[in-house]
Amino acid sequence: MSGSTLILLALAIPAIAALLIPLFHRLPNVREAVTLLAAGLLAVVVYAIVPMVMAGDVPMTGALEVVPGLEIGFSVEPLGMIFACVASTLWIVNSIYSIGYMRGNSEPRQTSFYVCFAVAIAATMGIAFSANLFSLFLFYEVLTLSTYPLVTHKGNDAARRGGRIYLTLLLGTSMLLLLPAIIWTEALAGTLNFTSGGIIPYTVPPAIIGILLLLYVYGIGKAAVMPIHFWLPAAMVAPTPVSALLHAVAVVKAGVFTVTKVVVYVFGLDLLVNAGTAGWMMWVAGFTVIVASLVALRQDNLKKRLAYSTISQLSYVVLAVSILAPLSLVGAALHIAAHAVSKITLFFAAGSIYTAAHMTEVSQMNGIGRRMPWTMGAFAIGALSMIGVPPTAGFLSKWFMLSGAYTAEAWLAVGVIVVSTALNAAYFLPIVYSAFLRKEDEDHAEKHGNHGEAPLAVVIALTLTAAGTILLFLFPGPLLTLAESMMGLGIGGEQ
Amino acid sequence: MTGEGLTLAQQLPALQIVLPLTGAALCALIDRRNVGWAIATLVSFAMPVISVMLLIQVLTTGPVSYAFGGWEPPYGIEYRVDVINGFLLVLISLMGAVVMPYARRSVASEIAENKQAWFYCVYLLCLAGLLGMAITGDAFNAFVFMEVSSLSMYVLIALGNDRRALVAAYQYLILGTIGATFYVIGVGLLFAMTGTLNFVDMAERIVAVEQTRPVLAALAFITVGMCLKLALFPLHVWLPNAYTGAPSVATVFIASTATKVAVYLLLRYYYSIFGAAFVFDDLPVTPILLILSLAGMFVASAVAIFQSNIKRMLAYSSVAQIGYITLGMAEATRLGLTGSIVHLFNHAMMKGALFMVMGCIAYRIGNCRLNNMAGIGRRMPVTMAAFVIAGLSLIGVPGTVGFISKWYLALAAFENGWWWLAFLIMGSSFLAVIYIGRVIEMAWFREPTGPAAEATEPPLSMLIPTWILAGACIVFGLDAEMTAGVAAQAADALFAGLR
Repeated sequence: MSGSTLILLALAIPAIAALLIPLFHRLPNVREAVTLLAAGLLAVVVYAIVPMVMAGDVPMTGALEVVPGLEIGFSVEPLGMIFACVASTLWIVNSIYSIGYMRGNSEPRQTSFYVCFAVAIAATMGIAFSANLFSLFLFYEVLTLSTYPLVTHKGNDAARRGGRIYLTLLLGTSMLLLLPAIIWTEALAGTLNFTSGGIIPYTVPPAIIGILLLLYVYGIGKAAVMPIHFWLPAAMVAPTPVSALLHAVAVVKAGVFTVTKVVVYVFGLDLLVNAGTAGWMMWVAGFTVIVASLVALRQDNLKKRLAYSTISQLSYVVLAVSILAPLSLVGAALHIAAHAVSKITLFFAAGSIYTAAHMTEVSQMNGIGRRMPWTMGAFAIGALSMIGVPPTAGFLSKWFMLSGAYTAEAWLAVGVIVVSTALNAAYFLPIVYSAFLRKEDEDHAEKHGNHGEAPLAVVIALTLTAAGTILLFLFPGPLLTLAESMMGLGIGGEQ
Repeated sequence: MTGEGLTLAQQLPALQIVLPLTGAALCALIDRRNVGWAIATLVSFAMPVISVMLLIQVLTTGPVSYAFGGWEPPYGIEYRVDVINGFLLVLISLMGAVVMPYARRSVASEIAENKQAWFYCVYLLCLAGLLGMAITGDAFNAFVFMEVSSLSMYVLIALGNDRRALVAAYQYLILGTIGATFYVIGVGLLFAMTGTLNFVDMAERIVAVEQTRPVLAALAFITVGMCLKLALFPLHVWLPNAYTGAPSVATVFIASTATKVAVYLLLRYYYSIFGAAFVFDDLPVTPILLILSLAGMFVASAVAIFQSNIKRMLAYSSVAQIGYITLGMAEATRLGLTGSIVHLFNHAMMKGALFMVMGCIAYRIGNCRLNNMAGIGRRMPVTMAAFVIAGLSLIGVPGTVGFISKWYLALAAFENGWWWLAFLIMGSSFLAVIYIGRVIEMAWFREPTGPAAEATEPPLSMLIPTWILAGACIVFGLDAEMTAGVAAQAADALFAGLR
């Protein structure tokens, strides 16, 4: 099949799934089969595009012109390829997990849950493959809107409040900052197409470039750079599969993906280096990394702690981008994948604990590793990856970020990465420690029941992602090739 | 064009007016509600056929001129269709055609049985008046049609089943009359200075007397008069009451057409007759319009957030949306004007859809108060899905018509170097997130209680028109070649002037 057909299929499969799922409202098994089938097909289609991108092709579709200057079109470059692979692969695992979780907790309105989920995945594919800023913006908003019902899924006051914060911040930043930035770009550059080396002309004064970059970085609220990170902890009221795939992978990665894409394909590294007005980006990213880690230290609610950890890890990507060195951008691309598999593992574990024992707080988890060895084993692997310890994927991306920072002599970035590694260890290792080595509280069985592991589907899912975290470290070849070809670096890295 | 050898195709401009007028007379004479509805539907379905044929003719061969009664312009009354009013004729007649199938059940449930035939009669008069305002090339004839449409609108509003509708109609009667009077004073002054009432002729002759005091006074009178009619902030006070009190069908129709025609007439005077250079360069019209538009966009949107009656909330939103339209006018560039004109169409689609949803809800639960809508999305999912789509369009989410309008308006702002304006446009549309969001949250994310718990989907005759408009919000948001393309041509034609 041609590249263009595959791209359209990748968008159509989850969209069609979203249309089919409501038809099987009364047949939950068929309904879930549709989700699984769609997830499987999507992964096959996405992986079929990989060889083309590896060969240096840019598969693309024709463009639908909305009005002159605004086009909906798709093309696949390496970074989008990585993002699409990560999201589509994890959708399969997450669907297995969702089935176990949603049934295990007898959640209401599961049909609309799966519909919104499929729409969100379709939007993610759209973001990954967008050929221009308008298409990207279109799917970016679709992603926000389709995940809003998932955040408010529980339908109680807390969920509605969380949903309100979520929608206001994400839609607000994108409308008030990102859209003007896009329109401004159109006014300055006369095009919105992503182009290697950027589209902003060199005649634009540095001050304007700085302001435009500011609009982008804060307009892309999904990247959760402080102080517009509040939506992410607020979104934790959602069922755990949503937090796992959407608020650790699809939505937040769409944010940092867009930031990376804008820096590389709209501004261009050379332009930003020449303008010299992009330095603040490193400071805000570094600030977010450290402060979010500090906040995470103080969270007793496990999902909240994971959410702040996500905020911190997202800013790693922004930090790596702000170094403006090719190697660090490779690190940024790797981190999008590495953090995705590790963080989804951690969320799966959190949901597993909730399903089996209805526990949400870290302080309740003493000795739980003995009751739930698979869950907590996977949690430990995810935690190590967050810290960046080999043999996990997190080590790989940190390595490239640090190399990039050294070559660019960005000592601030180096310092931030070192300090935050210590902080990561400080808020993850105690959980692992108390889960395995502390004695269980005496009233544990009384309060939480004499439970064992969570349902099988849940355990399978989190084992798979934990394995993925290690496999990505052992076999990084294809991922690395893609990341390097984004920066025009061959294997072995001539700069 | 002369009066001899007429074919039907040449009579199209006249038919656009004559048919609804005849229909209205028939409705009044027969006085049966079903017959009335049938006549109104038949006429309403014929109107878009005529207007689309006219627009195609204009796009292929240039402006169409029709000498009424065979009296040659500038002495007789000329009907003159160019891109801009051709576009408007299509908009009005399409709205009429979409509304009519919807009207049958809605009118039957909201208006006393003995008044229903009269409703259709008055509706057709209103349609004729609005189409007449758009099609005529004569300043005084425009006033006559303005009165026809306004008087029938007062009646339409007063037919609302709430006693407050009477007060609303009275308020609109007074303010609308002031507006029309101002307009006719302006026309009188222009007639005194130029000696003609024909738009084309007037545009030629006004050049010689441009800087005189009576012409300036005429411009001021016409501006204020039309701004009253189009409900520019702060001259909008009649609008929220009128839209809230009127029967659902009347609200849908009036909200999506009446103010648009007033906008058109103002555009016609500013660009075609007085000339853009005179109005926007020599006179401080830009800052005045800009400030009032922005004030409307923010104040009315903010007021909308606090409304408990959703019909009233949407009415305030209309005031804000009119601000977008006049804003594009004030930008006075090709892009800005394109945004303004395309928003005439886009706003009609989304507001029409939103008010239709309110009509469906009123049909089922009897009112449009937010508190009664808890969980109604789970009982009327198809209806409320249309509300979500049209609401997103109002917010300006990409992929909907609202985005297209905002795109042009903001791009024009950057082009003019007014980057702050682009941010203000976005800021005001963010207020729409809040007022649409609270309805969506109430309708979808609460357990159905009260009257909403027993609600079911409305009849298909109401649901399908609602979805036609909601669908149009998406279709013309993804492929705006047609709407924005024609709007751009209209903007070109306006800048070219009539001279």
